[in-house]
Amino acid sequence: MNSIEICGLTKRFGSMTAVDHLDLRVKEGECLALLGMNGAGKTTVIRMLSCQLCPTEGDALILGNSIRETPARVKELVALSPQETAVAPNLTVRENLELIAGICGAGKKEAAEQTEELLQRLSLQEAEKKRAGKLSGGWQRRLSIAMALIQQPKVLFLDEPTLGLDVLARRELWNVVKELKGKVTILLTTHYLEEAVALCDRIAVMNRGRLKALGTAEELMERTGCRTFEDAFAQLAAEEGKT
Amino acid sequence: MRIRIFGLRTAKEILRDPMSLIFGLGFPLILLGLLTLIQKNIPVSLFEAAHLTPGITAFGLSFLCLFTATLVAKDRSGSLIARLRATPMRSIDFFLGYLLPLLPVALLQMGVTYLAAMLLGLEPTLHILPAILAQLPLAVFHLSCGILCGCLMDERQVGGICGALLTNLSAWLSGAWFDLKLVGGALERIAFLLPFANATEAGREILAGSTVSEKPLLICCLWAFAMLILAAIACKRLTSVR
Repeated sequence: MNSIEICGLTKRFGSMTAVDHLDLRVKEGECLALLGMNGAGKTTVIRMLSCQLCPTEGDALILGNSIRETPARVKELVALSPQETAVAPNLTVRENLELIAGICGAGKKEAAEQTEELLQRLSLQEAEKKRAGKLSGGWQRRLSIAMALIQQPKVLFLDEPTLGLDVLARRELWNVVKELKGKVTILLTTHYLEEAVALCDRIAVMNRGRLKALGTAEELMERTGCRTFEDAFAQLAAEEGKT
Repeated sequence: MRIRIFGLRTAKEILRDPMSLIFGLGFPLILLGLLTLIQKNIPVSLFEAAHLTPGITAFGLSFLCLFTATLVAKDRSGSLIARLRATPMRSIDFFLGYLLPLLPVALLQMGVTYLAAMLLGLEPTLHILPAILAQLPLAVFHLSCGILCGCLMDERQVGGICGALLTNLSAWLSGAWFDLKLVGGALERIAFLLPFANATEAGREILAGSTVSEKPLLICCLWAFAMLILAAIACKRLTSVR
């Protein structure tokens, strides 16, 4: 079964077309990377799928629910970890998690239990009483992902989740994503190609709002005749015209 | 439920920010203390506590606009609003979650100022509570203005508009430290078209136990209502699907 079905999704801002008739299907439990140069339309896709932007044309179904017709239902199924860390700076780590759990409908006791579980799962216990604004970038990023996970989403959007992290912090977050694979459908945007290869089942390459290629890293290398994925990506991302 | 949870977070963000305490509580108290000290050393009655305190509370409320605007602008730039827009939060949850928890903060700010004024010589009377309540429309005006500015501007712009322009407008046009009627002319006319001087006037009349004119209260309520509507529209535009 498909978790995400995107049909002709288009977004225009004035005369600029950010996403151009995108068609894409993501299977339940699959981790799909959305790659592209800056301005390719990756974040706009995520903003539409998380019901923050209304498509100009087309539609997408999240577990059968239209982002146009039933955004309230879609919002109960998805969670977003934006490019920025998106935390409440004067709240502690624990309070940030309880805030999101509460907003998503958990009672006080339930929110506390979910928070406890997430603190352990993402090794955040030692920072739980620290204010989020005082944490380092790596800790804030980890908290940001925990805040998305506490929503218990069926579909998780990770917009450049490891941006600005050091190698070790990035590896830790990779482990979290690997653990989620199969249980949660993940749509991930990144500029780190090795991240897409290491984590994702399939990779979609976008260029100027259009889908240029879709497949596993091996398939994309084979298709372009390149020996490395970086070369394959560079070739696909630079190509003109529609695939 | 969501309004309460988000509102609690708003209150924590504001009250845990040291700048809120320094400017929101500290600055009005310092002004009150300084002007009371000046009054003790001059022969004319210029800064009597009963006259001065409603003006200081009216002026102090302008800092709430700055705090609210900064919080909303930070939530936008830090993408917290983007994260929350992908949750079941509705526009009304955002709007009331920003507005409602800061009304008790406004009451606290005015209460502390009156308490300090009593320590400095203001006669404790039963009129103090209604005098505080009479300025609640001005608090709604400032909080709504803060939400509006935070929805439309970035942190730097908010600092300029709410931190410099609005606090100065409030300082000069509230009649807190000089008699606007004595100045007269255009300044007086403009001041009494705006809510600041009217809130001061209403507070003074109630505190003095004299007959309360309806006009100052009505003008404050109209400004508060207009700003509330504008802020609600801006918040809806910011937080709904575009």
